[in-house]
Amino acid sequence: MKILTLNFLTCARKACKPQATSFPLHPADSTLEIQESDLNIIFLQNILPRLDWPALISITTELGLPGLQAEPPEAEDLVVKEGGAKAEGEGMEVTEKSEESEKEASQLGKDLHRLLIETTIQEGKLMCACCGHEYAIKEGIANFLLPSHLV
Amino acid sequence: MLPTPSTSHVCFDNVYEPAEDSYLLLDTLSNAHEVAFLTKRFDKNTPPPIVLEVGTGSGVVLAFVTAQSENIFGRRDVITLGTDINSFACRATAKTVETASKENASTSGIFSDTIIGDLTSPLRNNSVDVLIFNPPYVPTEELPDTSNQEHYNKLSSSTSTSTDAFERDSHLLALSYAGGHDGMETTNRLIDNLPSILRNKSGVAYILLCAQNKPDEVKTRIHAWGNGWTAEKVGDSGKKGGWEKLQILRIWQNLETG
Repeated sequence: MKILTLNFLTCARKACKPQATSFPLHPADSTLEIQESDLNIIFLQNILPRLDWPALISITTELGLPGLQAEPPEAEDLVVKEGGAKAEGEGMEVTEKSEESEKEASQLGKDLHRLLIETTIQEGKLMCACCGHEYAIKEGIANFLLPSHLV
Repeated sequence: MLPTPSTSHVCFDNVYEPAEDSYLLLDTLSNAHEVAFLTKRFDKNTPPPIVLEVGTGSGVVLAFVTAQSENIFGRRDVITLGTDINSFACRATAKTVETASKENASTSGIFSDTIIGDLTSPLRNNSVDVLIFNPPYVPTEELPDTSNQEHYNKLSSSTSTSTDAFERDSHLLALSYAGGHDGMETTNRLIDNLPSILRNKSGVAYILLCAQNKPDEVKTRIHAWGNGWTAEKVGDSGKKGGWEKLQILRIWQNLETG
């Protein structure tokens, strides 16, 4: 299960959903695995407003991953800044920009890709801070079925 | 015609095999009318839409939407998620989607995960932009009993007896088609929750119904919610003997003035 997915999940119990403490779920006893994949810079830049950054900070801390900056980055922080060495030479021919494809991910962009998309929880559990229920993750798939007395 | 994702790796003893209903969803979601609607509603300059398929089965529909993200939404940052109560279906879906996504890297969106769960229950409210559901729609005496679901989900083929495996597979397949009264018991639970789970104002649901589900009554019920809630047929399997066997309803808040 990708860390990105945790941004969308909450406790499956009806009573917990309206409670602020039911998000994010808290990972524990996790076995992590990196699954490499292509970096999609447009995705990374566009997902920023949909990410709950404080939740992401708490999740990474609980997983023992490198700390995130306190404030969410801006879209432009995720790409290598234009107007670097290349543009300095005056009279240099301006190469045409094929707007999106040329963007190159900055270190921050690469780190965010690694965290959201490539870091997966293979085994472990997710705990709801509201009711204390734990959801198991096995073979990379989380199980949100509730025992009948909790539905 | 956009390519249909391969499901050749899936064991259909306990996972629903893609059929006419699955293909109707693929055709509808990629027809010019829906592409125009989705491209406009989820314009490139808005945050990426979250697509949730409920009851993914083999994963053929979710794989198609993920792999063809650019052709359906006009953007490659669409995020897709699936749920299924059947753990075998969840594992099958993950593979189907990952394979199709890799094979269509230039048009593919981002596959997030599949989750074992009941309908939309693992998801946060107000978080889904596009919900897709091919429900268990066949009218049956009763719904399958899910109180023993964990047991069936855990029963591995290698360690169980053939009688146990047969019982498990019958149960898991029944979940994919048996809809109880009017074939609507599960679908009604999902529909009732749409205003909570769909993103406020922008969320859209595509739900497949058969004639016995009384689609006109479903439409009337949704229109009665007010606040612009609309349900319209956007795809069908053609008429057979004067009535449409299968159709797809698009359910959304139509807030355009007029």
